[in-house]
Amino acid sequence: MQKKRDALPDRGAVIGCLAAFAVLAMLGGVLNPHLISLLTIVFLFTFIGQSWSIMLGLGGQLSIGHALFVGIGAYSVAVLNIRYGLSPWFGLVVGMALAAIVGATLAWLSFRFEVRGIYFALLTIAAAEFARVVFSGWEFVGAMEGLFFPAHSGPNSFWMLRGDARFYYFVSLAAVLLGVSATALIRQSFLGYVWRAMRDDEDASRALGVRTFLHKILVVSFSGAWAAIGGGLLALVQGSVFPDSIMGMGISVDILVGPIVGGLGTAFGPLIGTLITLPLDHLASAIGNKFGIPGLNNVGYGLVLIAAVWLLPDGIWPAIVNSAKSITRFSWFGNLQMEQVKK
Amino acid sequence: MLTLWGNVLASGILMGLVYGIIALGLTIIFGVIRIVNFAHGAMVVFGLYVGYCAGAWWGIPTIVAAVSAGALLFVFGYGLETLVVKRFVTRPHHIQFILFIGISLVLSGAQLIAFGPDPRPSVSRLSFETIALGPIRLDLARLQAATVAAVMILALAAFLKYSTFGRFIRAAADNRLGGLMVGLPIPKIYAMTFGIGAACAGVAGALISPLFDAQPFLAVDFTLLAFVTVIVGGLGSFVGALVGGLTIGLTEAVAALLFAPSLKSALSYGLLMIVLIVRPRGFFGAKET
Repeated sequence: MQKKRDALPDRGAVIGCLAAFAVLAMLGGVLNPHLISLLTIVFLFTFIGQSWSIMLGLGGQLSIGHALFVGIGAYSVAVLNIRYGLSPWFGLVVGMALAAIVGATLAWLSFRFEVRGIYFALLTIAAAEFARVVFSGWEFVGAMEGLFFPAHSGPNSFWMLRGDARFYYFVSLAAVLLGVSATALIRQSFLGYVWRAMRDDEDASRALGVRTFLHKILVVSFSGAWAAIGGGLLALVQGSVFPDSIMGMGISVDILVGPIVGGLGTAFGPLIGTLITLPLDHLASAIGNKFGIPGLNNVGYGLVLIAAVWLLPDGIWPAIVNSAKSITRFSWFGNLQMEQVKK
Repeated sequence: MLTLWGNVLASGILMGLVYGIIALGLTIIFGVIRIVNFAHGAMVVFGLYVGYCAGAWWGIPTIVAAVSAGALLFVFGYGLETLVVKRFVTRPHHIQFILFIGISLVLSGAQLIAFGPDPRPSVSRLSFETIALGPIRLDLARLQAATVAAVMILALAAFLKYSTFGRFIRAAADNRLGGLMVGLPIPKIYAMTFGIGAACAGVAGALISPLFDAQPFLAVDFTLLAFVTVIVGGLGSFVGALVGGLTIGLTEAVAALLFAPSLKSALSYGLLMIVLIVRPRGFFGAKET
């Protein structure tokens, strides 16, 4: 693997990134409502995928139960807004705090006895399922019947975060832009260096004085809080929360498919990956329904996933970058393609 | 009252043995290949459909169905390992996860195409018969499932402990590099192991077909059940999978008696949390995972 410069993204990369977002923002004005709502979901899953990507790509901890944090964020917003009429902004803050605490607790429980690797991943999925079962039986949060936001009418309100489909399109696009910037900034920060050192060699970094136990808890809790914001927004966009549709194993899978297929550890991977996988999933369902064969979509989507990890081991974005490089002999995207996770 | 508890505990132990072989399949694959088979639940449902076809269509006894499901899944697992999984053994966990989610989706989708989304109850005369053992009444379907499971566990243990190939498998699990150096046929061992693991899932699925309605969506539940079982018992441990299976079986039975039946999985997860706090690697967990 070639050695890459590890500085702030250069000017060309920043301009390219902003141009891409400008195009997406303009698309928000012209696309039809169906595509708008599909892209909104894509953006939200990208945003949540970025939080997942931080946890594995920087912190080296694999979570396959990220729906836990999404659900905490979604329910915080829903309960505070529907039961107490509070602005979703409070819900987002409360959700972040709760998710951070839950994440820290889960991490503390497993890391204090040196539980590492796949064992931790299994614990995250168990915790997410535990939460789903508890929420399914908890009357206060609507149990299986779920919670519904009241129908919105009138002008878009930034304070109450309620508006039409286009409003949510721009909110979620802004979230993704925030996510890309935050990812880039954290990578260059002190924490980013510490986390990457810990990811590459935990024992060696501990020998150098990194308090790995503390930092592992920190990265899980940080990623959880971030995912909770995405969950809160997802609840608002969907207009309802149900335990199965916000905390189910399917959500956990959807979250991590995008970043992995797109290219883990890259700035644009989560967006490109989710932009491809999520609509593909919808398309497969539509085709399956059209021919009246339930299950056809599962087979199709499953084969795509297998093919993706088989043929493009590093993800789609690095493949695009490499082919673009070999054609133009330029490294326009050089600094946006960050190093791969080795493990 | 005592009779009621006796009945509940007995049926919990019987189910626990079946859960035990599901977990055993998962744990054997992990112990040797160091891969977590996230498609395990879909394989259990595969066996469930074999049991359904055998029982409802052709009137074949469940035991025969279990043996054929085991054979089918063994061939499937062996082939899957040689053709696909082999290439992913050294890849990172998250890539393996996506691979198995893909395999699981393909399997579930194929089941959905073949049988549709409706639950398929396999009516067996065993489902209604019971046998009295003192004050305790045992459900014959459960008893049969547990007996076959117990026989399979013993056979597998004997195979691993005494046969030459079983020694190979244990050696590969213990030290892959060392095994390669002394000339163990590692590719064949891995394929066999994956086949055995899949066969465990298939046999378990066929055995419980008189008790569960076959449905493609059950795959997720069985996968999670297997995860909880192996985490409680300790991932990669043969005895751990059994102890975990019995613990989960008993917990579910007691939960269904004391609380609402719908809460039984909540109590299993609760138990998991307690185990996590006291012994994060499970009862018999390996030191390094």
